[in-house]
Amino acid sequence: MNQFLFEMANIRDQDSWVHQHEPEKATAKAKDLVRMAVARVRGEGALPYNMVPVTKSALVIGGGVTGMTAALAFADQDYPVTLIEQSDMLGGNGRNIYRNWKGERFLPFINDLAARVTSHPQISVKFNSAIKDVAGSVGKFSTTFSDGQSFEHGVAVVAVGGEPYQPEGKWQFLHGVNPNVHTLLELDKKFIDQDESLKSIDQAVFMHCVGSRIPERPYCSRVCCTHAVDAAIKLKELNPEMDIFMLYRDVRTYGQRERLYQEARGKGIIFVRYDLDHLPQVSEESGRLMIRCHDPIIDADIAIQPDMLVLATAIQPRAQSAGSLSKFFKCAIDGQGFLLEAHMKLRPVDFATAGVFLAGLCHYPKSMEESIAQAKAAAARASVILAQDAVPAESVTAVVNRAKCTGCGVCTEVCAFNAVSLDDNGLSVINTAMCKGCGACVAGCRSDAVTLKNIGNEQIMAAVDAAFCD
Amino acid sequence: MTNQTSETSKTSQTNWEPKIIAFLCNWCSYAGADLAGVSRFQYPPNIRIVRVPCSGRVSANILLSALKSGADGVLVSGCHPGDCHYISGNYFARRRFALLNNLLDFVGIEPGRVHFSWVSASEGEQFAEVVKKVTDKVKTLGPATRLVKSIDTVQAA
Ligand SMILES: Cc1cc2nc3c(=O)[nH]c(=O)nc-3n(C[C@H](O)[C@H](O)[C@H](O)COP(=O)(O)OP(=O)(O)OC[C@H]3O[C@@H](n4cnc5c(N)ncnc54)[C@H](O)[C@@H]3O)c2cc1C
Ligand code: FES
Repeated sequence: MNQFLFEMANIRDQDSWVHQHEPEKATAKAKDLVRMAVARVRGEGALPYNMVPVTKSALVIGGGVTGMTAALAFADQDYPVTLIEQSDMLGGNGRNIYRNWKGERFLPFINDLAARVTSHPQISVKFNSAIKDVAGSVGKFSTTFSDGQSFEHGVAVVAVGGEPYQPEGKWQFLHGVNPNVHTLLELDKKFIDQDESLKSIDQAVFMHCVGSRIPERPYCSRVCCTHAVDAAIKLKELNPEMDIFMLYRDVRTYGQRERLYQEARGKGIIFVRYDLDHLPQVSEESGRLMIRCHDPIIDADIAIQPDMLVLATAIQPRAQSAGSLSKFFKCAIDGQGFLLEAHMKLRPVDFATAGVFLAGLCHYPKSMEESIAQAKAAAARASVILAQDAVPAESVTAVVNRAKCTGCGVCTEVCAFNAVSLDDNGLSVINTAMCKGCGACVAGCRSDAVTLKNIGNEQIMAAVDAAFCD
Repeated sequence: MTNQTSETSKTSQTNWEPKIIAFLCNWCSYAGADLAGVSRFQYPPNIRIVRVPCSGRVSANILLSALKSGADGVLVSGCHPGDCHYISGNYFARRRFALLNNLLDFVGIEPGRVHFSWVSASEGEQFAEVVKKVTDKVKTLGPATRLVKSIDTVQAA
């Protein structure tokens, strides 16, 4: 069936699920919704599929592990790729992390990945670059970069990543004040540098959930529990005599990572729970760190004077990158600033905007392996488009009834896509290839001369009327 | 007087419930309404959603005809300023709405029947809130009769 003959009465998401306690009213509403959909579809006709030729190349935004993985996935299929990176280095956050929960080091893997990317004949990497403008749509985007050059591509993958939250306010815990307070990434740097001083530490405390799962950032940052537990185990490897305390709210070493948690307990690492009403108090007493908290298991206040305090801080979106890209590519962002997929289950790496895909930390906090899997998924989804010679473009476009047109030109002014012009006779004409089907010209026309295929006034009004049939 | 008669006849039906037509843009508010569903945010069952490509698609004509058809309230909702999928549709919608409000006031439509809002695809909860607010407001106004031609009004005239 021609897809433009389809209309949905949205009875699940917009009726039964939102009126769960009013079944009778919900049923009456469902009847209305069905009547409305029928009334609307009755006036619709089959529309031709306007095809646009596909430019067989991809743009990848962000040169972290996610972006590099996606770029290689395209390039290995022989599609030319432009990878743009705002800094002067590939690798993103992954460069600052010591190892994953399986004990595999990140840096050698990332260096190898970066070398493959930069030497691949189909990949061109643009460093210190940002996007200035994006035109076109699925199959044929044209993106202009900060250096003025532009690139034509059929699809785009957004992988602009995230960033560590910098502890502040009540979550600062003397970070930046006392030299023995570090974030996990700062501790990782010591591991990477094989800092000998770690071996002489007698007592260390890790604080979980710093800046996560609070009203400003209600989400769990997902990787920090495993990261912290693994770092604690690493410290135990360096100095088995070290006393280590984990101050946690809930431990989320999910899946097989649970083994790490068991290993940590087996090694004598002590887990002490805190809650938001009883935040551990961190102070300096005669030059030493002092941490006071309550252990609910022994129901006693405890005081620790560690040599080192490590904060497992939240991951947050790069608000500026996500914001500007969402404007350029018309993709949605959620309340926290993470980019939002078209559908959590059905289209997890697509944006609602056709031809644009997402993966990695810009979507929500996730481990490197999950970012990689998602990068491959996004590239695979995008390759479905690149594999075709042409894809359907907008079929719902505006049409002018020239007998009614008075040539006032309002339609030409309200069109954001330069798809409407006045012809030699001073009457409005639509360039179907450029029309996106928004209906601004239809609503603007004072003579009712412009209509939108299948979304004409008649269809909308018929749907409205149908709501009042009973 | 005409209005009076029909109003009493409509309100006298026990438990009068308004019917509100909501024109939601496909890219933000309609998706926000879907999210409200997926997240099970409950709101009053008085609205009937009509999906439109963009809030800028909703002309004065369509909005008035909804009132004429018997809508007790109308809600037009689109993407936040700057987020319109078609770049500027919601700005046109906002301006159109401001002008239309003057006209509605002039022809005697009570303020509070016609609402405009921004709801993004991630704002399921806000969508439910907007519907609650609009429904409450329309309920306090009672049935809309000014533009509706019904047997009652014709007979009374
Ligand atoms: C504090 C922290 C701790 C973590 N701990 C672990 C862990 O223990 N284990 C684990 O498996 N994973 C961990 N992760 C997650 C892991 O780092 C990521 O899943 C992985 O590195 C993939 O990230 P990414 O490529 O999506 O994003 P990023 O690494 O953030 O890369 C994004 C890249 O895009 C670039 N960019 C941003 N905006 C633009 C723009 N507008 N234009 C051009 N380029 C742009 C950035 O410069 C950057 O290079 C951690 C992450 C953080 C932040
Ligand atoms: S698409 Fe939502 S207001 Fe234009």
